[in-house]
Amino acid sequence: MPETRTAPVAAVADREFTVVERSQAQLVFRRFLQHRAAVVSLVVLVAVVLLAYVGGWLWKYDAGQYTPDNSVPPSWEHPFGTDSAGRDQFAQVLRGTRISLQVSVSVAILATTVGTLWGSIAGYFGGKSDTVMMRIADLVLTLPLIAVAAMLAHNFGGSWYLIALVIAALYWAYVSRVARGVVLSLREKEFVEAARALGASDTRIILRHLVPNALGSILVNLTILVALAILLETALSYLGFGVTPPDTSLGLLVSEAQTALTTRPWLFYFPGLFIILIALTINFIGDGLRDAFDPQQTKVRQ
Amino acid sequence: MLAFAVRRILYSIPVLIVASFIIFALGSASADPLAPLREKNPPAPQNVIDAEYLRLHLNQPLIARYFSWLGGIFHGDFGPSVVSTASIGHDLGDRFLVTIRLIALAMVIALILAVVIGVLTAVKQYSKFDYAATFVGFLFLAMPAFWFAILLKQAGISFNAAVGGQAISTIGQATVPPPQGAGPYVADIIGHMILPTISLALISYAAWSRFTRASMLEVMNSDYVRLARAKGLSRRTVMVKHGLRTALIPLTTVTALDIASIIGGAVVTENVFQWKGMGDYLITSIRTNDVYATASWLLLAATVVIVFNLIADLLYGVLDPRIRYA
Repeated sequence: MPETRTAPVAAVADREFTVVERSQAQLVFRRFLQHRAAVVSLVVLVAVVLLAYVGGWLWKYDAGQYTPDNSVPPSWEHPFGTDSAGRDQFAQVLRGTRISLQVSVSVAILATTVGTLWGSIAGYFGGKSDTVMMRIADLVLTLPLIAVAAMLAHNFGGSWYLIALVIAALYWAYVSRVARGVVLSLREKEFVEAARALGASDTRIILRHLVPNALGSILVNLTILVALAILLETALSYLGFGVTPPDTSLGLLVSEAQTALTTRPWLFYFPGLFIILIALTINFIGDGLRDAFDPQQTKVRQ
Repeated sequence: MLAFAVRRILYSIPVLIVASFIIFALGSASADPLAPLREKNPPAPQNVIDAEYLRLHLNQPLIARYFSWLGGIFHGDFGPSVVSTASIGHDLGDRFLVTIRLIALAMVIALILAVVIGVLTAVKQYSKFDYAATFVGFLFLAMPAFWFAILLKQAGISFNAAVGGQAISTIGQATVPPPQGAGPYVADIIGHMILPTISLALISYAAWSRFTRASMLEVMNSDYVRLARAKGLSRRTVMVKHGLRTALIPLTTVTALDIASIIGGAVVTENVFQWKGMGDYLITSIRTNDVYATASWLLLAATVVIVFNLIADLLYGVLDPRIRYA
C-alpha cells in the first residue's frame, strides 16, 4: 500500500486515542504484568515473606519452643508436624525462612552494590585499570564458591550476617562482569559524550548516567542472585559451615532432618519445599523482569 | 593456533600463581592449625604443641611458608598435614580420581540432556512440551543439590528394600574391600556411581538447556537460516547442518565457566552419598584446620577450572571458523 494512503488513517487514529505519556518505569511494569508466571510468582513470594515475618509472629508457638507433642505428623495443631523434642516444625520453618531470606537479600544487595561499582569503573575507564580490576574478579571466579565460603565461614561464620558477608565477598565478581559488559556498550553512546561535553565529572557520569541505564540488567541479576544465595546459604548450612544452632536456617533444618527421613519425613520435606518455592518464584520473577526490561527478547522467550 | 595456545597457557601461569597466593594467605589467616591441639581435653602437653609448631613451619613468616609450599608442590610435596602420617599429595591424588569420574560422567550426561531438551524446546517453541520442559528446568534450577540427592538416596534405599537386595548402592564410592577380578570391580564402581551421577547431572543440566534453547532460537531466527530454507533445504537439514553447530558453539564457554559450580555441587553430592572423594577431603581439612591440605585442595580446584577454560578457548577456535587467532 502506498505511503500517502495510510497517512490520513494514522492521523485519524492519533486523534482518536489520546496519548498519555508513560514513564520508563510504567512501561516496564506493564510488560512485567504480561508475564503470567512472573506475576503469579511475585504473589506467591510476597505471601511467603508475609507468612515468614507476620505469620511467624502471630503463630501460637515460637521457634525452638518445646511442646508436649513429640514426633507428631502434620495436623491442624502442628501443620508441619513436630520433631522428636516436640518443637513445632511450622514455627521452625518460618524462622529458617526469615534467616535464609535475610542472608540472601543481604548478599544480593551487598554483592550488587560492590560489583556494580567495580564493573562500572573498570568498564568506564578501560585500559590498564580495566585489565587489573577484571583479573581480580576472574581470580575470584576460578575458585569453587562453596569451598572458599566453607573455609571462611568455618572460622568467621556462625551468625547470619557474617555468612551473608562471606557469600557476598565472593558473588560480587559475577555482578561486576555483568555491569562491565553493559557499561562497555553504554560508554560509547552519544548521551555520555554529551554529558562529558557539558563538563560532567567521571564520578557524575558513572553514577548519574551509566549506572541508571544499566539498572535493568543489574536488577535482573539481583533477583537471580537472591535465588543463588539462598541455595548457597542452605548448602553451607547443610554441610555445617553456615548458620549454627540455636539459630536456624532452611538448610540446617534439612540437615538435621536427613537421618529422620523414614521416621519423620515431614521434618525433611517442608524446609526443602520452602527453599524450592523461594528460589523458583525468584527465578520466574527474574525472567519476567528480563523480558520487561528488554522488549527485544520477548520475541524469543515468554 | 599453536602460538595462541602457547600464549594462552603462558598467560594462565601468573593467574595460577596469584590465585595460589591468595588461597594460601586466606587459608592461613582464617584457621589456626594448632587450635584443635590446644582445645583438646585433656590438654596436649606443651612440648607436643611446640613440635607441631615447628613441623607445620609456623615459626616462619607467611611469605616464607608460602614459597616453601609452592616450591614443594613442584616435586609433589604439598606441605605437612596436621595428621603427621598423612601425605597431602598422595591423598589428594586418590580423592581426585574418585571425584573426577563423578564430575566427568555427570557433565557428559548433563550436556546430552541439555542439548537434546534445549533443541527440542526451541524447535517446538510454545508447545506443551516446551512449557513442561521449561517448568522442569526452572524446578531443577531452584532445587537444593543436597535435598534432591537425599531424596534420590532414599528412593534407592526403598528400591533395594522392594527388590530385596543390594541392587543400587547408596553409600560410598566402592565396596570395601573391593571385589576380586576386573569385571566385578568395574561393575561395583559403576553401581556406586549411578545415583550420585544422576543427582549431579540433573542439578546441572537446567541452566545449560535454557541456554541452548535461547541460542538455538536466536540462530533459527537469523537471516542465513532463512536463506537456507528459501533455497529449498528441508527444515531438518537446515536445523542439523546449519543451525545446531552455530547454536552449540557458545555452550562450550558456558560449560567451562560453570565447572567451578559443578565442583561445588560434587562436594555436596559426595557428602550425601558418603563418598571418600574431594568433597569429604575438603570438609575434613577445613574442620581440622588443616591449612596446607585446604590450600592444596583449592589450588587443585582452581587448576581444574583454569585448564577447563583453556580447553574451551582452544575448542572455540576449532569449532568456529570465524575466529582466527592472530
